[in-house]
Amino acid sequence: MAETMVKDLADVSFINEVCAIPGGEAIRSCIQCGVCTGSCPTANQWDYPPRRVIAMVRAGLRDELLSSNSMWFCVSCYSCTVRCPRDIKPADIMHALEIIAIRSGKSTKRSKTPTMYRCFVDSARGNGRVYELGMMIKLFLKTNPFAALKLAPVGLGLFFHKRLPLKPSRIKGMGELKAILNKARELGGAK
Amino acid sequence: MKYYSYYPGCSAEATASPLGVSVAPVAKKLDMELAELEDWNCCGSTPYWSVDKLEAAAMATRNLALAEKRGFDLVTPCSNCFVILHETNNYLKKLPYFKEKVDKALAAGKMKYNGGVRVRHLAEVLYTDITPDGISAKVTKPLKGLKVGAYYGCQLVRPDGFDDPESPHSLDEIITSLGADAVNWEMKARCCGSSLVMPEQEVALGLVNKLLKNATEHGAECLITPCPLCQINLDAYQSVVNSQFKTHYNIPVLFVTQLIGVAMGIPANELALSGNIVSPMRVLAPYL
Repeated sequence: MAETMVKDLADVSFINEVCAIPGGEAIRSCIQCGVCTGSCPTANQWDYPPRRVIAMVRAGLRDELLSSNSMWFCVSCYSCTVRCPRDIKPADIMHALEIIAIRSGKSTKRSKTPTMYRCFVDSARGNGRVYELGMMIKLFLKTNPFAALKLAPVGLGLFFHKRLPLKPSRIKGMGELKAILNKARELGGAK
Repeated sequence: MKYYSYYPGCSAEATASPLGVSVAPVAKKLDMELAELEDWNCCGSTPYWSVDKLEAAAMATRNLALAEKRGFDLVTPCSNCFVILHETNNYLKKLPYFKEKVDKALAAGKMKYNGGVRVRHLAEVLYTDITPDGISAKVTKPLKGLKVGAYYGCQLVRPDGFDDPESPHSLDEIITSLGADAVNWEMKARCCGSSLVMPEQEVALGLVNKLLKNATEHGAECLITPCPLCQINLDAYQSVVNSQFKTHYNIPVLFVTQLIGVAMGIPANELALSGNIVSPMRVLAPYL
């Protein structure tokens, strides 16, 4: 027992990892009041709700948390963030956990959100602007092509109301943007 | 004349094209020069933000650098672009180690940003610079008797917006300035499910259902929102909500600029009113 406690107490690498991402710095100030969970519109879907997510980071439960679906349900509504009495920015902490989960290859297959985020990033990197139709098609092909059929009426509605162009928009300064993004990647993320 | 740099964002060119279309004629009537930032790129957005924060911030900063050359406030009509560009600006100010990396990345594209741009949401500019009185002065067709619900969504007012994050009032004042009645409803700044509508449709549509229920129960005949994603979720998915929850909503969801334009007598085609999936023509007919 004493041995486990000492081991857990010593494991601060996870919390340090979160603190190193912009927005994650204040996590140590959490008082576990639960206002974040109470404010979250999707908390009932999370494997571990927001308050517990923060407790798990501090307990060093890296693998359990990173492979959970929790942070992928964050809708970035920032209700938790404006209500948190300790200003710890829970939504930013969820973004930090998403970054770490993707970087370490632990992101869950039970949520389609990590795949959607990747499709989105590929689209933004590829054209300099997001091509929404291309991104949606890629997402459905990668996850569940049959789900696309269910959504066809929405897509067709948007298309017939001139809201789904068939051609992507591409910026002129792609060379320059690629150089910027490649350099950012070379600098090793925000850490 | 008031001068701004304008950042439309990717959605305003596509899924939120009625927003992109309606901004220009409204700005013209209100004596605002919104000069589109030349060769702007994706703001970075929440998905990029959640995959690699440095790359996302470098993307955002390229836009800030482009805006800095021109020297006016950078105005965007998209709530998510607003949060990302604004937060990036904050990070660059507060986190020297982060700024150093972003500077290096930008230098690789022969660009430089000195931190001199103020990022603003179009709705905030309409409220603060033009003011409800200034808008009211340009109204030629008061929307008398129209009951409008202001749907703020999240990212206009949180995490660092200009209005009360829990119970905002700015858009309600704009509605009143158009001669319409602002419906008071509790969920006007609650979440619509945002991009979760793609990977987790049922969860997101559950939230949309709650919003539409609350707004219609309070008598809203139409809603206005400043946010592309909110508009899509409430408008384009309304029929899916109806079939999933056995409801019968038929409530048009307009972009703020579309409703302002109607009250200022701008023709329907210049406001892309045919772009709304749930047609607003029935409720707007008396004013067109």
